[in-house]
Amino acid sequence: MPDQERKYPGKLVAVEGLDGSGKSTQIYLVKRWLETLRCRVYFTEWNSSLLVKKSTSKGKKRNLLTPTTFSLIHATDFADRYERQILPLLRAGYIVLADRYFYTALARDTVRGCDPAWVEKMYSFAGPPDFLFYFNVPLEVSLARILEGRPALKYHEAGLDMGWSTDPYESFRIFQGKIRDQYEKMRDRFSFISIDATQGIPTQQTIVRAHLEKAMDLSKFRLSRRSAL
Amino acid sequence: MKSLHHFGGKALPEILTKEYPGRLFVIEGADGSGRSTQIQLLGGWLESRGFAVKHMGIKRSTLVSNELAKAQQGNILTRTTLSLFYATDFFDQLVNEMLPALRAGLVVLADRYIYTLMARDVVRGTDRAWVRNLYSPAIIPDAVLYLKVSTSQLVERNFHKKSTLDYWESGMDLGLSRDMFDSFTKYQRMLQLEFRHLQKEFGFDVVNANRGIDAVQKELRRRFEELLPKTD
Repeated sequence: MPDQERKYPGKLVAVEGLDGSGKSTQIYLVKRWLETLRCRVYFTEWNSSLLVKKSTSKGKKRNLLTPTTFSLIHATDFADRYERQILPLLRAGYIVLADRYFYTALARDTVRGCDPAWVEKMYSFAGPPDFLFYFNVPLEVSLARILEGRPALKYHEAGLDMGWSTDPYESFRIFQGKIRDQYEKMRDRFSFISIDATQGIPTQQTIVRAHLEKAMDLSKFRLSRRSAL
Repeated sequence: MKSLHHFGGKALPEILTKEYPGRLFVIEGADGSGRSTQIQLLGGWLESRGFAVKHMGIKRSTLVSNELAKAQQGNILTRTTLSLFYATDFFDQLVNEMLPALRAGLVVLADRYIYTLMARDVVRGTDRAWVRNLYSPAIIPDAVLYLKVSTSQLVERNFHKKSTLDYWESGMDLGLSRDMFDSFTKYQRMLQLEFRHLQKEFGFDVVNANRGIDAVQKELRRRFEELLPKTD
């Protein structure tokens, strides 16, 4: 991507972390906070493009996806959201909040056996976030949070496609452990802002808000009176 | 035993064995270059010689072809999304159909391959290096023959076939011209230019397809003949 396109007035805030790290809760609270401050804010979630959704859910339901097609369909989903929403909104001066960014793909696809260099180059059309919070949680803690109620784990979510174990819970454990290893590797390569996610929710939120407030002038993102209505 | 090669990077995780006795033949060329006719004839010829044939093409995957067609109708896909959608369709067929066919010793006839996909992306402004990376895990075919037809012939054949020019084959989404005929000519020239680049880089063979069906078919058979697995 030409550098010119990266010079936008908006800010991109992304959160990453294991399932059960509490990242979605934290980004939701950031959204509520920015809304009360009357900032221009937009929230986007991993795997949510309406355009691609049909193909993804068809593939998942019928277990048609292999590591490569799983990787590509998620990249397609991300590209659609990036080019039609994330980038235009950043250029329009929005604070864009992303629940997961391409680091999720890098971690998952690598665990599924795809070439990490191939995946990383594939996502190179998207710029890195301005802030990337990583909610760091020990594996046992996140597993306990997710598995407490013995939820019905989805096939790919549990990593059952990898054939590590036929037991969904055991497979999920193995899968999440491998994902965590990938996050640990990425922490050094990319500028992750690591948050200790074993702390209480308000404590973590205070840290995140303080970080954002210190690094950017929020008054620049206020909605104008005219658009208030 | 023949082993598979890909263009670059690590091999696909779906490739589990080294034994792929089949063959992969690719025919490239614009719409109206006579591709489908030639492939049909090649299929018949191969089967008559006792080879099992598997056909592959663009937008034929079970995973995304319907959704891709639908999205194209509304013309709402941005550049990168369109490119990745096509790549998903391509690799879905590669992994789920082509690899098993090659493993079973079939001859795979591909009606266009990564070259058309890359050329289309590049003329739409996508970065060459990015597209090369995207298709780098694809299997290197045993032979690629590009049916080259002059633009005037292409126009004539397209009109003869459908009496109308296709929106996408005319590259109307590029905004080269509001005039469809004008756009078609410009777009096809751009593609031909890109194919010239690709031909240099990947070294595939160009077949003069301005000639009659039989003459072209004869040449294709001659070229594929020597690459076929030996039969007793």
